[in-house]
Amino acid sequence: MECVFGLVGNGFAIVAADTSAVHSILVHKSNEDKIMVLDSHKLVAASGESGDRVQFTEYIQKNVALYQFRNGIPLTTAAAANFTRGELATALRKNPYFVNILLAGYDKETGPSLYYIDYIATLHKVDKGAFGYGSYFCLSLMDRHYHSGMTVDEAIELVDKCIMEIRSRLVVAPPNFVIKIVDKDGAREYAWRESVKDTAVPAA
Amino acid sequence: MSIFEYNGSALVAMVGKNCFAIGSDRRLGVQLQTIATDFQRISKIHDRLFLGLSGLATDAQTLYQKLVFRHKLYQLREERDMKPETFASLVSALLYEKRFGPFFCQPVIAGLGDDDKPFICTMDSIGAKELAKDFVVAGTASESLYGACESMFKENMEPEELFETVSQALLSSVDRDCLSGWGGHVYVVTPTEVKERILKGRMD
Repeated sequence: MECVFGLVGNGFAIVAADTSAVHSILVHKSNEDKIMVLDSHKLVAASGESGDRVQFTEYIQKNVALYQFRNGIPLTTAAAANFTRGELATALRKNPYFVNILLAGYDKETGPSLYYIDYIATLHKVDKGAFGYGSYFCLSLMDRHYHSGMTVDEAIELVDKCIMEIRSRLVVAPPNFVIKIVDKDGAREYAWRESVKDTAVPAA
Repeated sequence: MSIFEYNGSALVAMVGKNCFAIGSDRRLGVQLQTIATDFQRISKIHDRLFLGLSGLATDAQTLYQKLVFRHKLYQLREERDMKPETFASLVSALLYEKRFGPFFCQPVIAGLGDDDKPFICTMDSIGAKELAKDFVVAGTASESLYGACESMFKENMEPEELFETVSQALLSSVDRDCLSGWGGHVYVVTPTEVKERILKGRMD
């Protein structure tokens, strides 16, 4: 089951997601990147129905880019989160997207922020959040060890604790995780945590 | 599980002497899991009108946005704020428009009328208004709230005593409901000021 979690630290926000693409009992691939770089200073970590996840996050990404082209300035994280919620809410009673999202971003004026957006379009600004079966382990671990203003090293330590817990306690534990960070220097990949490596694709 | 119990909520509004109090719990949950303990369920429409929305959080957020939009349009056209009775009729009409695909919310409206007379009302998810002279309740803890309010309520309470009554009724009721709690949020509104207070209750 897909695990996505994230937290806000001192001047940064960090999100981690598992990287397995699963259909029923089959693992298609174990290096599927589920954290999309929305724009220079935003990350969208999405979990849920794979088709909906890719479609919806790409739709949001392109619309956020369009706003920037039209208006010359990028959306704030709060605005992007509310836009995302609005799209989910409009689709909810027609053809709902089964995608849960953690939107992390950094704004110059307000600093780092993390938004929890449910698949039924419940929006809430949080300091720490998680989705999926992994949330049952991550949330309580984060409740215990999180404090506001954590450094990157402290946050990574906590993220690793969560990944260890998911690996050891979840019966269908995903083996690999990707960690991405967003701070004043932008949104970027921080690290991968792999315990199973896909075999390299042979050259044609 | 009922859709009204998906997120968990508790709302209460009480009438005092030329004042009213409106209180809510602070939990945002997804069934058994608690997501946040600082969720705002009560919103200000204008200085003398407050709206609380219990039930499904996504619909509460959508409904709140629609109502703020309608009220702002009203303010532009009429160059004044809406009376509480008028606002209640607006909410009722908006809810009944969706009679066969409703918003899963139970609103609680509390306001001060023109002559500083307090007005409270609640309605079901399809807009059936319930005006009351003493108190109204909503949410997953509503049955406990009815009992607590009925026994603690007195007519013509001053703002300070009203705050104590609402707080005690709210906290004791949410303690009996697993889906609501994690503190309280109480607004006491008099013709001259609005006092917002956060309650610390059993954090579980």
